[in-house]
Amino acid sequence: MAVQASIKKRKLPTRFVLREWIEGYLFASPFIIGFFVFTAFPMIYSIWLSFNKWDLLSPPIWVGIQNYVKVLSDPDANLSLWNSAYYTFLAVPFQLIISFLLALALTQPLKGRDFYRAGFYLPLIVPIVASAVVWQRVFHPEVGILNAVLGWVGIPPQKWLFDASLSKPAFIFMSFWSIGRQMVIFIAGLGNIPKSMYEAASIDGAGPFRRLLSITLPMMTPLIFYNMVIAIVNSFQSFVPALIMTDGGPEKSTLFAVLNIYRQGFSYFNMGYAAALSWEFFIIVVGFTIAQFYLSNRWVYYEN
Amino acid sequence: MAANTVRVVPAKAPMGRNAILRMIGLILLQLFMTALVITFLVPTLWMISSSLKASTEVFKQPIVWIPAEPQWSNYPMVFEKLPLFGRFALNTILITALAVIGTIISSLMVGYSFSRLRWPGRNVFFALMIATMMLPDVVTLIPRFILFKNLGLLRPDMGGGMVPLILPYWFAASGLYVFFANQYFRGLPVELEEAALIDGADRIQILTQILIPLAKPLIATIGIFALLQHYNEFMTPLIYLSRMENWVLALGVRAINDAQAARWELVFAAATMMFAPVLILFVFAQRYFVQGIAMTGFGGR
Repeated sequence: MAVQASIKKRKLPTRFVLREWIEGYLFASPFIIGFFVFTAFPMIYSIWLSFNKWDLLSPPIWVGIQNYVKVLSDPDANLSLWNSAYYTFLAVPFQLIISFLLALALTQPLKGRDFYRAGFYLPLIVPIVASAVVWQRVFHPEVGILNAVLGWVGIPPQKWLFDASLSKPAFIFMSFWSIGRQMVIFIAGLGNIPKSMYEAASIDGAGPFRRLLSITLPMMTPLIFYNMVIAIVNSFQSFVPALIMTDGGPEKSTLFAVLNIYRQGFSYFNMGYAAALSWEFFIIVVGFTIAQFYLSNRWVYYEN
Repeated sequence: MAANTVRVVPAKAPMGRNAILRMIGLILLQLFMTALVITFLVPTLWMISSSLKASTEVFKQPIVWIPAEPQWSNYPMVFEKLPLFGRFALNTILITALAVIGTIISSLMVGYSFSRLRWPGRNVFFALMIATMMLPDVVTLIPRFILFKNLGLLRPDMGGGMVPLILPYWFAASGLYVFFANQYFRGLPVELEEAALIDGADRIQILTQILIPLAKPLIATIGIFALLQHYNEFMTPLIYLSRMENWVLALGVRAINDAQAARWELVFAAATMMFAPVLILFVFAQRYFVQGIAMTGFGGR
């Protein structure tokens, strides 16, 4: 009884604890206020908006689930999701493989490793607009440098951004240019694998390839997973290069999901429909993320 | 027979042969990586070199890598074609500076609260912050625009759409930097703070006089990442900055690209001008770039 009473007593906050609570809320208040004003409220408002038809000028009209019916039947909406999925699921695996191989190479005893690392990282700091206007011209059918280089090995010039079947592969190729972030994360992870594991494996007679498969890869799965989740979310949302370089063309082959939402909202002012589109997109991306976390138990190795 | 030979040879000179093979491998790797890193640098170098070419030289085949006579006049020509380009630079500096300062201050405050203070609901809000980092922000794109419009913050006399590019960042809108701060503060010993508390210091003194002096690498990293983010930002300026005199460089480069599509040297000059400041920053502060990525909690420990 006495013990219970004292536990109960302790549960009431003392003045000191109460003060810490208040200070805790005060210091966290920028995030708490910001979260409600700039995230939670807009999201709730967006749900309401998605059941309305509104062009920002005349008053909004309640249309029930009409926007969502349109979301599912609109060919542009479906095409834009397909384009983003195509881009994401082809670009991300190659990005991961290339950045992982680069990280492996840069953890070998090479000369000037800092220079290489900086060189592979540099494209990330090129402003996105600058990189878009440059790559638009890298892919130029007549005077672009990509066709010029391919010409050296006898590949005939391609139309890239002007060919509906090559425009998405062109964007995928361009995405390999920005793998420096993933590479740096992999390099950091490789440096954290204990040397003693490799030594033990060598004594047991494991060759370099065996060590890669049995030590490096399993130890790196948490970072591979992390890079994969982030890359998928980012690739699904990518649209600024397409907006600048192709404006969704040719034949809507680079009309990516967020580009479609942006256009519906800010070019055609279908605010309610754009909100409904963004919810569909939200559910798909969050669904993929949750599915990845769910599946991660099967292949990601956690030490504890 | 073959098996025998294999077994005999390493017994005679295992070290020498393996070492030589390994050295050849490393030399080949070094050559390959050099070629690859040059390939990665080519688009950037091509942009810079083409920004100094004459109009006709840009289209020359085979490609001219070093302009015969550098056309420095391409750069002033950008300002001639788009007189507001200088104004865009000033707007970019203003918006970026205010957003970065807000990001640093709010991230340090919130990171301090999450890492050092105990309050009910802390874990819930921390989880919400992590969630906002992972969630696609397109879902708030349209309602946020309407919110700012209804608040009157898009009117010309209220900054003409500049406020929405700054204000959310004073409220820790980028969870990643709060996460950085949280991780960093957790790595610092608490003894100093406890001693200061006993001596009667308040939380603001602890944060500003004990933690912040210890957090210079953290502040540099947040500052550089946030600076790049806001300097680069294209989508929100496109939506919010409807009046041209409020535009930022990102919109200016795109405008040149649309208006002077055939004059590549001008487009490249504009793009190079936008790139130059971040390149200089990168050269001088490279270690913070790399540190920041390693700091995401997965690289560190």
